[in-house]
Amino acid sequence: MNLTLKIWRQKDASSAGAIETYQVQDISPDMSFLEMLDTLNEQLNEAGQDPVAFDSDCREGICGTCALMINGQAHGPEVTTTCQLHMRSFSDGDTITIEPWRADPFPVLKDLVVDRSAFDRIIQSGGFISANTGSAPEANSVPAPRDKAMRAFNAATCIGCGACVAACPNGSASLFLGAKITHLGELPQGQPERDSRVVAMVGQHDHEGFGGCTNIGECTAACPKEIPMDVISQLNKDLRTAMKHGL
Amino acid sequence: MTCVATQLSNRTLVKGSRSTRSTIALKLTMAISGLVFLGYLILHMYGNLKVFAGHDAFNEYAHHLREFGAPMLPYEGLLWIVRVVLLVALVAHVWSALVLTGRARKARTAKYTVKKNIASSLSSRTMRWGGLAIFIFVVWHLLHFTIGKVNPDGGPTNDPYNLLVDSFDVWWMTVIYLLAMLALGMHLHHGTWSAAQTLGLTNTAKSRATAKRVGWVVAIVIAGGFALVPLSVLFGIVTK
Repeated sequence: MNLTLKIWRQKDASSAGAIETYQVQDISPDMSFLEMLDTLNEQLNEAGQDPVAFDSDCREGICGTCALMINGQAHGPEVTTTCQLHMRSFSDGDTITIEPWRADPFPVLKDLVVDRSAFDRIIQSGGFISANTGSAPEANSVPAPRDKAMRAFNAATCIGCGACVAACPNGSASLFLGAKITHLGELPQGQPERDSRVVAMVGQHDHEGFGGCTNIGECTAACPKEIPMDVISQLNKDLRTAMKHGL
Repeated sequence: MTCVATQLSNRTLVKGSRSTRSTIALKLTMAISGLVFLGYLILHMYGNLKVFAGHDAFNEYAHHLREFGAPMLPYEGLLWIVRVVLLVALVAHVWSALVLTGRARKARTAKYTVKKNIASSLSSRTMRWGGLAIFIFVVWHLLHFTIGKVNPDGGPTNDPYNLLVDSFDVWWMTVIYLLAMLALGMHLHHGTWSAAQTLGLTNTAKSRATAKRVGWVVAIVIAGGFALVPLSVLFGIVTK
């Protein structure tokens, strides 16, 4: 496959960036999207040019590090992470526009790499349960109803990639927030801090500069883990409950 | 979790967050004030449909609205209570919308060169402009039927039924009202579902599907119910 790539290039966080056009030849349809970018970077290296910076780590769809806006869709046209997207999803001769996640709380560091530590701070503000250190407690000593355990588990599949923010026209991280709130709030271990957690995490979310949710559903369509919209309803319900409790 | 090797950010952990100061509190304000409007629209539509009961029934209804609750309430007492409630809801709805829109704009100052919408409905993406359109229409509507009582046919304005029929005999008047009902229907379609979601009533796939269906039903029944009156006048079903 021969492709035309339009890629956002930006020297560093303080420089202005622009879209630049590149050509790549003989791309195998079996390559992953990131391998295709690796090929481009080999080409750029040989020509003595600066390779395109992008994030990746596990390359097996579980870490959430790779984050590219591909032709206006977070992680591209398939419901998966960028690393698990293959070139067979494109056609020979295609023009592919590749941009970084666009949200002011996710500043661009270089080219396609953004700083997502805003998510880390949201987790730090309340996305945890407090437990005594020492030997691990017996796993089955606290019973969790199966339906709640399954819902918590499904919410916990959120890998914090930020596709929800990237896809949201309001730059809201509500799906991410909702996933964490549902994950911890459905389990018995999450109850003692349930009210304070939601208030602190929503407060941090707002403080970071993410927008509010308008329930349009672009986030859930972009989510590589298919986290459903009902986690946002859960988030809203938990905040309303905390409000009732005077937090 | 993302473990981006990152420069030390100058952003910090915020202390002392309050639920009432959050974006979600603003969303709740939008949802509740929106439901107040929804309740009013149902009552208003019920009154409008009285037109099919004929001249006398319609005018009697309009007159009785003003004497409702007498002698406990003064003349037009109920109407003024409703007006105050609506005005409070309007201020709350518009104010939260403005703050939330401002936040959303600030959350993405650098735009994408290419951005596709995959899942969102047209009505969900036009809530802000649609809301503005409905606001402008309401101002016009109040000038037309409540404050100004404009009769485009030049006839008398003290007879509500005749004023209505005279107004919708004019084609462009009907067009304005029908366009407004389209905007209202779209706003209600997304707004109803969005309010349910914001109030935390859609925690399962089933309740989410139900809320979306309710959004459609509310939009079609209310926008359709209102549109029935000018259309009936235009097609000569309702005459003087």
